[in-house]
Amino acid sequence: MESEALLLSRLQFAWVVAWHILLPAFTVGLASYIAVLEGLHLFTGRSVYVRVSQFWIRIFAVSFGLGVVTGIVMPFQFGTNWSRFSDVAGDVISPLLAYEGLTAFFLEAAFLGVLLFGRNRVPPSIHFVAALMVAAGTLFSTFWILAVNSWMQTPTGHEMINGRFFPRDWFEIIFSPSFPYRLAHTVTAFYVTTGFVVLGVGAYTMRRGQTEEGRVMFTMAGLLLTVLVPLQVIIGDLHGLNTRDHQPAKLAAIEAIWETQSRVPLALFAIPDPEVERNRAVIEIPLAGSLVLTHSLDGTVRGLKEWPKEDRPPVAIVFWAFRIMVGIGLEMAGIILLGWILHWRGRLFTTPSFQRLCEFAMPTGFIAVLAGWTTTEVGRQPWTVYGLMRTAESVTPSLTALDVTISLALYVVIYLLVYPMALLFIVRIVRAGPAQAEALDVPISSGRPRGPVDALPGVASERSH
Amino acid sequence: MEAALDLIGLWTAILALGVFFYVLLDGFDLGVGILYGLGRRPEWRATMMNSIAPIWDGNETWLVIGGIALLAAFPLAFAIIIPAVYFPVLIMLLGLIFRGVAFEFRFKEADHQGFWDLGFCYGSAVATFAQGIVLGAFIRGFPVEGRHFAGTSFDWIAPFPLLIGVALLFGYTLLGAGWLILKTEGELQAWARKMGERALIGVVIGIAIVSIWTPLMHAHIAHRWFSWPNIVYFSPVPIVTALLTWWVWRSLRSNAEAQPFIGSICLFVMAYLGIAISLWPMIVPHTIPLWEAASSPRTQAFLMVGTLFLLPVILMYTGWSYWIFRGKVRGDVGYH
Repeated sequence: MESEALLLSRLQFAWVVAWHILLPAFTVGLASYIAVLEGLHLFTGRSVYVRVSQFWIRIFAVSFGLGVVTGIVMPFQFGTNWSRFSDVAGDVISPLLAYEGLTAFFLEAAFLGVLLFGRNRVPPSIHFVAALMVAAGTLFSTFWILAVNSWMQTPTGHEMINGRFFPRDWFEIIFSPSFPYRLAHTVTAFYVTTGFVVLGVGAYTMRRGQTEEGRVMFTMAGLLLTVLVPLQVIIGDLHGLNTRDHQPAKLAAIEAIWETQSRVPLALFAIPDPEVERNRAVIEIPLAGSLVLTHSLDGTVRGLKEWPKEDRPPVAIVFWAFRIMVGIGLEMAGIILLGWILHWRGRLFTTPSFQRLCEFAMPTGFIAVLAGWTTTEVGRQPWTVYGLMRTAESVTPSLTALDVTISLALYVVIYLLVYPMALLFIVRIVRAGPAQAEALDVPISSGRPRGPVDALPGVASERSH
Repeated sequence: MEAALDLIGLWTAILALGVFFYVLLDGFDLGVGILYGLGRRPEWRATMMNSIAPIWDGNETWLVIGGIALLAAFPLAFAIIIPAVYFPVLIMLLGLIFRGVAFEFRFKEADHQGFWDLGFCYGSAVATFAQGIVLGAFIRGFPVEGRHFAGTSFDWIAPFPLLIGVALLFGYTLLGAGWLILKTEGELQAWARKMGERALIGVVIGIAIVSIWTPLMHAHIAHRWFSWPNIVYFSPVPIVTALLTWWVWRSLRSNAEAQPFIGSICLFVMAYLGIAISLWPMIVPHTIPLWEAASSPRTQAFLMVGTLFLLPVILMYTGWSYWIFRGKVRGDVGYH
């Protein structure tokens, strides 16, 4: 009975956090993009940057709003379903979570309003500063949340007293060994995710005949991705080496390696079987595993059999989630390469099939983020605090399977209702296009438009009839 | 150790302030949400929406501040209390999500406006009722074993928490009516006065029942209030509450525009004070005192540094945004 409540609680956490992470994956990059657009407008004076910026600000408002509401759910999960974890680790993680909340609140209170509604009321330079502060705020939030997550993955700087974690050195807690790599890898992933959305929307906008705005988006996103996608490969590799040193069991699961060995092959396809502790239906490249994981052909990699069965993560999920993430990375690199080939042939803007391809690639960043997050979180199992506190010891003791079944079902229903609606609004904004975004900043009652998406001309006219 | 105790006092104050700000601020806009379901004229509804549009999302963020302050300053209390109110917290969160989303969506989706209207008022009412249950379950107390909540997730289904749930519906409606009297004029204002009167009757009955029931339920609370000389010290609480009730009732039936809202806020202050007197100094009611649930001095100090900087700024900004949007609102301006 209790183990069912545990499993369902894990599913529930996965459900609410997976939906939530889609929003920061988008808004962190978008906030920075808007700040760049505002800066370009300020320094070049070209009005196209305002139109594009205003267009994305509107989309940002919907996404950020949903991010806040689904974010409120998250800290309460620690109490409702993971109360033992809150009790045992609360002294260490809670200030970091609190700083995330305070930062987000501070940012929302002070600068988001100016960014969303202040274009005609403050000087352009102040509007630019507001955009910068919102972008900085989203990065601060990412910083604190990943500090918590990294401490749970590679805990340092704490001391154990009576079976509970207490802070010893805040610097060591925040800057735990995996933190710099995780932060760089995640922020780059968020930027890449946003980059592919902007690229796809740019392609769509061009196809719909709004060439000037579409080209700005398409070119800026393309250039950013040309830098970030290869960079992400390097950061990902460094993050992998860090995982090998600090969480070797996770790495063994990522590659489905059972025996400790040197000259390890790299499995492209496998069905890991934890019962017999080996893989079925294997397709592999000889020596490549050692090369990737240790940067030498005869490097040794530790296998899963070094750990007792109860200390191993679920191998197949981690193995496949990682392959989905890397596969999408390759797909992204392929699109960028193709774009450059077309550019050298002078056909970048005149190849409709490539524009279509970019439109189809819009969701892939989100899938990669979810797959990467699955790799690292499922790979951390069976621990909440790696090597120190088990997931099974973290769950709320009073919960029954029935309790969590009911709550999970309700979260599923509400999220499946709310998310498609938000997506629909964003699609409408994209359909209306950036050219019309100048007809913005509608009249305001008692100071500010009622809702962020309100200024959208198409929506306003629909409502009036 | 001395410094640590001081921090516990400071955190208690911040937590108390955060929770009270939440109750007050989201209280009146949840109340407006409930009244939205009762006042069916389209132009009234537009005005009601306008009156809270610029501030409702800021109000809701105090919930996060309250929840996180509890986790950071008193993690043991968080770990015991939140599981005990598993379903009320769930229902509250879903109600708030639904209400917030409905607020934004009802304008943009002419086809389903009726659905989102329902979502807005039921979301508000359900979230309010759930918050009342949380409060009721809190005052009633939880079975604790060691460092865990030892009851079931359905313990809150009991007369006392459900009663407080209903009482809070009246309470938030009273705050919402006070807000509407302040922010509107004409027929809507007159209607809000009438609704305010009805809500006040509900609030008075609620306060009376709770004041009798709580000391009967817990002997130590009866002792706290009725033993000598406490009965002298604390007697102003019921007396002031009675005077305030009379004042709010009078102001609802007069032309006063600000008094009903101010008076209702004062009533909430007195109720809050009454609960604090009953439960002090326990953070998990009747079992665990503040200092036993407190996080380590290092934890409290580390978070205090940033909080002392950020909280005043947030407070100033909140005050400023209310100042910006002061004055009467109308339903026909700006939304079209």
